[in-house]
Amino acid sequence: MENFTPVSALIGGALIGLGALLLYMFSGRIAGISGIASNTLFNRDGRSWRLAFVAGILIGPLLVGLVSSNFNYSTPEFNWQLIVGGLLVGIGTGWGSGCTSGHGICGISRLSVRSIVATLIFMLAGMLIATLLH
Amino acid sequence: MPVLIALVAGILMSAGIAYSQMIDPAKVLGFLTLNEHWDPSLMLVMAGALAVYASGYWLFAGKQKPLFAEHFHLPSKRELDKPLVLGSALFGAGWGLVGYCPGPALAALSSGSSATLAFLVAMIAGWFISRRWSI
Repeated sequence: MENFTPVSALIGGALIGLGALLLYMFSGRIAGISGIASNTLFNRDGRSWRLAFVAGILIGPLLVGLVSSNFNYSTPEFNWQLIVGGLLVGIGTGWGSGCTSGHGICGISRLSVRSIVATLIFMLAGMLIATLLH
Repeated sequence: MPVLIALVAGILMSAGIAYSQMIDPAKVLGFLTLNEHWDPSLMLVMAGALAVYASGYWLFAGKQKPLFAEHFHLPSKRELDKPLVLGSALFGAGWGLVGYCPGPALAALSSGSSATLAFLVAMIAGWFISRRWSI
């Protein structure tokens, strides 16, 4: 438990929820990052708002860096797992219609049975693979 | 207006991803890896996000339409089908392998890491594959 950061986790989580809620209340859209980003690339309809959302995702951490001077984070080593992992995350969120944001936050909040099942499955699969490999 | 709302929503979500350190795959793997160093932080990220979103969602329930749009766009599917189950399992496996899910990987692009970029390219290829070959 030596790495446990409850305060920043709760505040960060609340910000994620607030951003997602804004998109729902004002635009009536589910803030699923995988769905919005993939439709930006592969769907001609509704591209402008999706592009703006993805732009927001890209610049958010830069703004956190401006506000908080000690903000930094690590990135992965370059290895084969990255490519396999990226393909699995892409294919999986494509077939599964969502990721941590769309299913895990919006879907569970709406009490969608599909999202609750999807979240349980990807959490358990993630824990299984991470625990076996790391 | 939809463009501005989407931009602000994206910034808030990604600022939250960064501030909670979910942007760091090592932090996420600390949660997904069950051992003596287990880090439950990610559960509190989920709890914070769910508390805000669920209370707002249900307070807003019963509204005919969103504030700045003609109608809500909600998923209509109900059945627990093969793509949902298999897709979520594959997504979880990739998440546990690297520690990136789509939001944090996109958020970390500005780090300039070539490894993050490689992950994103593979993820986009995966999205293309999932659209090209449905199951």
